[in-house]
Amino acid sequence: MSTQDHAVHVHRDDVGARMGMWLFLFTELLLFGGLFFLYSVYRFVNQEQFHIAAKELNTLVGTFNTIILLTSSLTMALSIAAIQRNNKSLSVFFQGITILLAFGFLINKYFEWSIKFHHGIYPGSEILTSKLKGEILFFGLYYVMTGLHGLHVIIGIVLIGFMTRLTMKNVINQNSYVKLEAAGLYWHLVDIIWIFLFPLFYLIT
Amino acid sequence: MENHDTHTEHKPHGYGVYLVVWLGLLALTALTVTVAGINFGGLTVTTALLVASVKSYLVLKIFMHLGAEQKVFKLFIVVALFFIIVSFVLLFSDYSFI
Repeated sequence: MSTQDHAVHVHRDDVGARMGMWLFLFTELLLFGGLFFLYSVYRFVNQEQFHIAAKELNTLVGTFNTIILLTSSLTMALSIAAIQRNNKSLSVFFQGITILLAFGFLINKYFEWSIKFHHGIYPGSEILTSKLKGEILFFGLYYVMTGLHGLHVIIGIVLIGFMTRLTMKNVINQNSYVKLEAAGLYWHLVDIIWIFLFPLFYLIT
Repeated sequence: MENHDTHTEHKPHGYGVYLVVWLGLLALTALTVTVAGINFGGLTVTTALLVASVKSYLVLKIFMHLGAEQKVFKLFIVVALFFIIVSFVLLFSDYSFI
């Protein structure tokens, strides 16, 4: 690559680091992509039953969580903009807000799932297994896909938490913030996945 | 392209750009929720996926700085999207006959 020379500082290749992160994100795409394929086929084969099952989901909670996650993506991007301008405390502040919003998302999810569990809708429950095949598939996919996404949110919290610590210790600074960028890329991917999960599960009318 | 090769030298987005994109994303969310309330039949899913794609494009281009990256990053995305589309086409070439 002809541009490589410019990217290398002393022993550093930020472009390469970001490229590595992007390649990792593509493996995530494979992971979720398979589930999206599964969803599309099952929905195509069981259209009516998917519509009936989706009525159980609360659109308001889904919309609220979408807003939370979009806002957390904003604060993540802003934290990088702040460190680029050598504003360490502002960057730490935005990272903190991102983590708080991520927790907010999970708390919402917790209540949402508990209500479902309370209504007897959880994998393997008597009420769920007595429903039609398409409805069982819908809830199976709902729990697996939003569950896997939720796991990514938890990983994201840990990751950003480490970055906040590194920023406070000046390891991440105006001249070297590729770690924070990589964490940001991960966080935005989690957001993009939710952007697709939200209409596919909550907005089937 | 040149100005993005050296990280410390490229001109980063201002805070305002991110705020505008965020507002755009919220507006698109409002749009997709509203449209879902109206029954367009088969078009509902298409609209939802279209809006989701526009939102993803904004996140990729601005939040993930793809607009400022080297060409090879964009090539990655194009290749990935190409294979996703191919997979969907092949998948539904089987199932649409049921």
